[in-house]
Amino acid sequence: MHELTTRLNKLFPLGELTEQRADLAFVSVARESLRPLLQQLRDQEGFTHLVLLTAVDWIEENQFQLTYLLSNRSEACDIGIRVMIDRDEANMESIHDLWPTAATYQRELKEMFGIDFPGSPRIDEEFILEGWVDLPPYRRDFDTLKFSEDTYAQRPGRETLDPAQHMKDQLYPVVEE
Amino acid sequence: MYEVDRSQYPAKKADGTLDIDLESGKYLKLWQGPQHPGITGNMSVELTVCGDEVVEGKTHVGYLHRGFEKLMERRSFIQCFPIVCRICVPEPDFNEYCYAAAVEELAGIEVPEMADWIRTLILEMGRINSYLMYMGGQAGSFGMGVISQWTTYVRDLMLDRFEELTGARIYHMFILPGGVRDTLPDGFEQRMEETLQEIEKTMQEVYDAMFCNAIFKKRTIGLGYIDPSLLDTYGVTGPTARAAGVAKDVRKDQPYLVYPELEFEAVTGVDSDVFTRADVRRRDLLVSVDLIRQILAKMPRKGPVMAELPNVLHWKIPRGETYIRGECSRGEYGYYLVTDGSGYPRRVNVRGPSYTHAVALLERLIVNVNISDVAGLMVSLHTYPPEIER
Repeated sequence: MHELTTRLNKLFPLGELTEQRADLAFVSVARESLRPLLQQLRDQEGFTHLVLLTAVDWIEENQFQLTYLLSNRSEACDIGIRVMIDRDEANMESIHDLWPTAATYQRELKEMFGIDFPGSPRIDEEFILEGWVDLPPYRRDFDTLKFSEDTYAQRPGRETLDPAQHMKDQLYPVVEE
Repeated sequence: MYEVDRSQYPAKKADGTLDIDLESGKYLKLWQGPQHPGITGNMSVELTVCGDEVVEGKTHVGYLHRGFEKLMERRSFIQCFPIVCRICVPEPDFNEYCYAAAVEELAGIEVPEMADWIRTLILEMGRINSYLMYMGGQAGSFGMGVISQWTTYVRDLMLDRFEELTGARIYHMFILPGGVRDTLPDGFEQRMEETLQEIEKTMQEVYDAMFCNAIFKKRTIGLGYIDPSLLDTYGVTGPTARAAGVAKDVRKDQPYLVYPELEFEAVTGVDSDVFTRADVRRRDLLVSVDLIRQILAKMPRKGPVMAELPNVLHWKIPRGETYIRGECSRGEYGYYLVTDGSGYPRRVNVRGPSYTHAVALLERLIVNVNISDVAGLMVSLHTYPPEIER
């Protein structure tokens, strides 16, 4: 794994490198280098299998981290490519031409995180959510509790007990003196 | 490269989509699912048919979305553990294992050896359950309803073994970060052996009635061919890939738990059609039966099953990220876990094999297939919708 990253470093300016295990490393790259790096890994280094593509919301730093995880079966190792993109202008180049299956991941990211991938097939079609108009739900600033309180009504005839008070009443009833 | 024949179908538009005029009366939209006997779980396929031949198919999911990945971001590491098994109903143990292993790696916890053996045992038991369920579904999709009654019977016996080992039949919640809950109960080996023999006997009957059946052969041989060159571009893993002759098996490629100490070979096929995929799974099921026997013969009987954990109510894990994978009955199952130093996961992403199989791959394979074969084709990819939408 170390040799691979040394080799890649000569071709592309690589950022922070984390060797998580002997067979798994994560490396950060700038968004411009992503496509040539993926092509190099796929065509020259044997990382032919796109395991997953997902995003992490680092809201404190106002950034999304996109993780492209690639696997090389013959060498039995994996490499994760981290790309940080601006949270306010969340868009990224599509890689559906490299792996057709990436289109599904990109559709999900568009819906769940609001990250756009212009040109990706059916990117604007609904994937999981139907008729969703709120903030993309997997963003950290989407408040699930507020959403459910606003959207769903409490069923009549039910009351919500404060768990602490309820336990107190049940377990330690006040003894009348 | 395998290209589907679209010669007799409408021209493509500039953006690559098909130019289908529904008003012409030549085409019909047909929804298979979400409530349909020929669909795997809660999903649906929107078919555009011309006569009885499918011109285009689109997978629709979302009927089962419960937002597990989001839920886990608001729960402590130990609170996530009873949630993860619900991501895949027929084979929940892989979620427990992958999540536990990811947490252990980032928190630097060493798991006792005995726990690794019991984890492997549970994963193989779950694999058998999942295959038995598949076998019934695959036969049912071609009109042989009785096979699913046989396989459900032996699956029920295996659920009994799960019940005595873990206390639960479906969601076992037995593999938790740090190890497993308990050791094997007394007399477990004997009862497991009886169950395994019953499974072998039933699988022989399934072989005779299903795999030697002329109708089943005629309908499945040549159906849903996947070219080996498509495997990597479509992220195909597991028995679906092995049926195409590529011995992709995480248990062999990147061995985990105690698999290096067990003797087995990855089962492969050649023809890469529905029949071969079913046959690969049938033989893989028998490999799992053999693996359980090996595990019970080789595993240590003494020792701790649980590592010492910090106070789980105040458990903080340093910033980091990792990916853990395992070979489930459908292919590569993985968990990508990101932690940020707090008491909650920053992000959990579940990589289920159905994600690629049921959407991109199915939409490609379904073209030019007869409507009556759609169900069989879909079942042959062995997809479980909850792991698509998590």
